[in-house]
Amino acid sequence: MKFTRRLFGSAAMAAALIAGNAATAQDDPVRIALVVKALGIGFFEAAAKGAEEAAAELGNVEVIYTGPTDTTAEGQIEVINSLIAQQVDAIAVSANDTDALVPALKKAMQRGITVISWDSGVATEGRELHLNPSSNPLIGNMIIKLAADELPEGGQVAVLSATTTSTNQNIWIEEMTKVLGDYNGIEVVGTVYGDDLADKSYREATGLMQTYPELDAIIAPTSVGIVAAARAVEDAGKVGQVNVTGLGLPSEMAGAIESGASKSFAIWNPIDLGYSAAYLAYQLATDAAEATPGAEIPMGRMGALTLDENTEGAMADPFVYDASNIDAFKDIF
Amino acid sequence: MSDMTARHLPDRLQSPAARLLQSWELLLLGLAIAIFIANSLASPYFLNAWNLSDATFNFTEKAMIAFAMALLIIAGEIDLSVAAIIALVSTAMGAAAAAGAGTPLLVLIGLGTGLACGAFNGLLVTRLGLPSIVVTIGTMSLFRGVSFIILGDGAYRSYPPEFAYFGQGYVGWVISFEFVLFGLCALAYYVLLHRTNFGRSVFAIGNNATAAQFSGIRVGRVKFMLFLLTGLMSGVAAICLTSRLGSTRPSIASGWELEVVTMVVLGGVSILGGSGSIPGVVIAAFVMGLVTFGLGLLNVPGIVMSIFIGLMLISVIAVPRLWRMWRG
Repeated sequence: MKFTRRLFGSAAMAAALIAGNAATAQDDPVRIALVVKALGIGFFEAAAKGAEEAAAELGNVEVIYTGPTDTTAEGQIEVINSLIAQQVDAIAVSANDTDALVPALKKAMQRGITVISWDSGVATEGRELHLNPSSNPLIGNMIIKLAADELPEGGQVAVLSATTTSTNQNIWIEEMTKVLGDYNGIEVVGTVYGDDLADKSYREATGLMQTYPELDAIIAPTSVGIVAAARAVEDAGKVGQVNVTGLGLPSEMAGAIESGASKSFAIWNPIDLGYSAAYLAYQLATDAAEATPGAEIPMGRMGALTLDENTEGAMADPFVYDASNIDAFKDIF
Repeated sequence: MSDMTARHLPDRLQSPAARLLQSWELLLLGLAIAIFIANSLASPYFLNAWNLSDATFNFTEKAMIAFAMALLIIAGEIDLSVAAIIALVSTAMGAAAAAGAGTPLLVLIGLGTGLACGAFNGLLVTRLGLPSIVVTIGTMSLFRGVSFIILGDGAYRSYPPEFAYFGQGYVGWVISFEFVLFGLCALAYYVLLHRTNFGRSVFAIGNNATAAQFSGIRVGRVKFMLFLLTGLMSGVAAICLTSRLGSTRPSIASGWELEVVTMVVLGGVSILGGSGSIPGVVIAAFVMGLVTFGLGLLNVPGIVMSIFIGLMLISVIAVPRLWRMWRG
């Protein structure tokens, strides 16, 4: 008897939840689940830290940081099912699979749970919005800006990319070329390809310094290339003469920053990303905002997210890492 | 049962009731009930029909393979390629769906591919006399490798809408199609193992294959059938999982072979062959499903769950042995 009563009680509660999420009482905290690709990854631990920061700022928010043990879609679905069962208010997921999570996330939305994706997205029908860490134009602009900021008098820069067919790198270089006119006296003398292999990137970087003795900077929009280029500059004894910049990981670039081979580089900041994801999830879960194309949804200290026709948006410029902050981030990712 | 005769030769070593009381299945059932109660006390969300229904998806697909695997292990063989078969079956169905195949054809292709994989394993083991653990470690890489070659980092996602029923459909109220299928498979395998000559011969082979051969059991044929069944059940699981995910990637179901074997061993099937029961595997499936779901509700990290399952497996294997050592 008692068992059935509880069953029916829960069913009624579920029905109420389906009927409308607005019933969230003032006293109950808004529970936001931050679902990551796998637990134990520094990048995501940092994102969780950011989400906690947003929770503290918003007040009355409980962040549930969770994810599978290994990066599988099946594991993430089990996690999502248990979150649906707990009737959380929002799920913010960095997906292991664009498509496989869709049925589970659809079910979550049917039961009144706000679903957004961040970092690694899910197909449009499986989420309300997707938060990209940055956008191609912002990245293209940032990589040339980092080089130009160190060259107030202008100078020669060269690009060390991944492969000739790397989609991301090609788009970023294209975007960089578009805004080249904004930076006075900066000349791009050449583009070489290190195929995202450490040794080939090293040789290509060395070759650049030999071909262009006046070279002032190497831009490597790839985490493999930037490390190899920095080592090539160190080995050629050109630290202080050739500045290496681009996109890299703080853990791998700490040495180059310390030696001076690289003055600064950029990549997304996982703390900001987790912060924004939690902030956006809160806005949608409390019906303070709606994820429609063209909408501008506030995300606290990160400004506002403008959604495009696919209800996707870019958080911000890539975050700049230099001698002042590298130590804080090199242990994170 | 009688003490009248001078030389007492019991026809049973223990009364059926005593045997039941000491049986593995009862111990496991007790564990399942304890976990159920603990879960209900630990989380307010556990005792909810929809949530319990969702929880069954954590084990139904794996359990369907576990039934066939139980027979195979009882017969003294093993198939570690089951998860890779899922990947290959799912890839085959994905390719067919992309070419415009309808749901009935997809199911046929799924079952057919599963059977073909099982037959391949079975032939290598029974015709060439190779050890099944080596053969299936090989085919584990082979089947998934083919799937990776076909798909690379791509995915098939053009399944017809009706195909979603197998993994996402409900027969009525909260009873999912998968759960019903799980029940039917449990029943079918119960009858096959415990109520037919075929089942008797599986036990006979597991206890002593040579003796079984001399008693007129066609050992090779029975083993081949068991590999076919395991392939078929992997095909069934692949249909359910693919339908539930709505898409195929070559990494689908990775690591499932060990979870399936864990389920079988937890169910009291001797890893050395010769003994075990389907009810045990059914209860073990529930135990594993309840544990992962219950811990999930408490947001216990996955790695702690793995540790928990590992400890549970070791203790359920060690406890009876310790018990015997203590008594003997």
